[in-house]
Amino acid sequence: MIALLFAERCTACDVCVSICPANVFDSRPGGPPEIARPGDCQTCFHCELYCQADALYVAPEWEHAVDVDAAAVLEGGTLGQYRRHSGWNEWASEYPNEQWLMETVFRRSAETGGKLE
Amino acid sequence: MTDTANTGVLIIGGGMAGAWAAIGATQAGATVTLVDKGYCGTSGVTASAGPGHWWAPPEARDAVVAARLKAGQRLGEAAWMHRILDRTWRNLPTLAPYYRFPRDDAGVTNYRAVRGPEYMRALRARIDALGVRVLDHHPALELLAWPDGAIAGARGVRRQHGNTVWEIHAGAVVLAAGGTAFLSGLLGARNNTGDGYLMAAEAGAELSGMEFTAAFTIAPARSNMTRTMSYSFATYYDEDGHVLDAPPYGPAQTRFLAAALLRGPVLCSLHRLPDDIRARLHRISPNVPLVFDRWGIDPFRDRFEITLHTDGTVRGLGGVLVVGDNCETSVPGLFVAGDNAAREHVAGAISGGGNVNSAWALTSGLLSGGGAAVRSRRVNAPAGRPIPLGRAGLRPTGSARPADLEPARAALRREMRDFDRALFRSAEGLQASRQTLDAAWDEVSRHAQGGDLAAREAAALLATARWSVASALVRAESRGMHLRMDAPGTRADFGHRLLAGGLDDVRTRWDTSVTTTPASAMEAVP
Repeated sequence: MIALLFAERCTACDVCVSICPANVFDSRPGGPPEIARPGDCQTCFHCELYCQADALYVAPEWEHAVDVDAAAVLEGGTLGQYRRHSGWNEWASEYPNEQWLMETVFRRSAETGGKLE
Repeated sequence: MTDTANTGVLIIGGGMAGAWAAIGATQAGATVTLVDKGYCGTSGVTASAGPGHWWAPPEARDAVVAARLKAGQRLGEAAWMHRILDRTWRNLPTLAPYYRFPRDDAGVTNYRAVRGPEYMRALRARIDALGVRVLDHHPALELLAWPDGAIAGARGVRRQHGNTVWEIHAGAVVLAAGGTAFLSGLLGARNNTGDGYLMAAEAGAELSGMEFTAAFTIAPARSNMTRTMSYSFATYYDEDGHVLDAPPYGPAQTRFLAAALLRGPVLCSLHRLPDDIRARLHRISPNVPLVFDRWGIDPFRDRFEITLHTDGTVRGLGGVLVVGDNCETSVPGLFVAGDNAAREHVAGAISGGGNVNSAWALTSGLLSGGGAAVRSRRVNAPAGRPIPLGRAGLRPTGSARPADLEPARAALRREMRDFDRALFRSAEGLQASRQTLDAAWDEVSRHAQGGDLAAREAAALLATARWSVASALVRAESRGMHLRMDAPGTRADFGHRLLAGGLDDVRTRWDTSVTTTPASAMEAVP
């Protein structure tokens, strides 16, 4: 569930308001959006992908809100991780999309019965 | 105040199927409007997944189709399977200007395996470039019909503008509103509440395959990260640390884990995942490590608790019955695509999850969009005002009052998500489910206030659940993903599609009109 919006990083571009499929955010004039309906969040992490400022943090717990330590998140290096590893926008050349390996993994599992090769 | 607009083709739902429908309709020359409950690009289950499309070169297709027909236990149709393989093969690569199809380690471009967020972003960019009018955060609440019964458009609300009402009149409507996972933790499924099933049924369309909803997907407990690849190398333990003797990865393993979870917590370790895959996991499925990293878990060393989330009709098969080659429904002017449609004809009685469903979503999108475009040119709007068709959750039959939706949600959790009811089925359990769901339906349909998205979603979820339970009761056998503990064998006389429909009074009937599976693929009489 969406947990944190780092106002000092936010550029108030409102892209999260537009792209959140669950309509969790409300735009606020002259400032960062508000996490208005966190309980509606579907924990899909798309807001993190689309946030060019890496200003959002979604906790993996999907059903219930949890306490998240903002300082620990800032130090932990998880902000922007999803965007980076996806090769989203400026990260495209550094992190190639290797989705195509998925069927190889399933095939190797079937061949070995899921045992270590 | 209602904002009314006109369009050639109206598409309801902006996931993968809806986006391909927009492409199909535009290519066929229609003006197209697409409405989505959320945002076309992030809405729907494809956007959070990694859909591999069913993919075979022309010379390999006969064998691929024969294997699928056999696995599908008599419910598949060869012609439809060939059609989706062909359309996918020819059309997926056309997305290249918008999606960077990567090359594999051998330097060969891979088209079939795409990453959800990038794929949906590419589809959105393409339909924007084609001039499709995309209306985000415009949930559709109901269909409109002309007095002769033909579909005239839809009506809904603009949820980022004070829930003001929109109304769009169209020459044809494509329902691409997705399936439903009954509000489970299936990743990306929150908006998928079966709205398209309810709207179609209110217009008089029939559904099919609603008993095939017993699909479940693994995730770390307390998370909704239903991405399965890494678990093909998983080791499972009970809470005392004993290794569970699970069958190999697949539906049998899922059932084994569900049974184990009914007894107590199940833990998992991914230490058998080969090193070279571990090193590339974040580049294959970048959302999978997010959960572990944020919790400080090393899944290759630590043991973590797992759960199973129901996939409902998403990796299941049920949906609106397709009656024509362009994905027409039985209602004039109403077309259907993706998980909004029934899929036994392309998947058989086993899950089309992943590849077949993606090929179907692409193909049914293109076909329905094309068909809707042709119809919209042919048909002139009759005189008079379109009639709104929405009932439960919009227009209560009894005294309107603010509805308490918690009993409905509790009924859905218990009857559609708990393993002992939704996976390990029996007549006794299904009858109990029916009673609970009927009571919840009565409350919502009699009293829930109009204009509330949550009430309408509850009505759609309950309607879907009731068709599912009624169909599962009538199919007193076990076939594909449908498992009846009190009827373990497959019955030779049940090798047909089962249709469902009705709102206050749910009804089912066998459809014996289609028999296309070759004799070699038929099972022995038990």
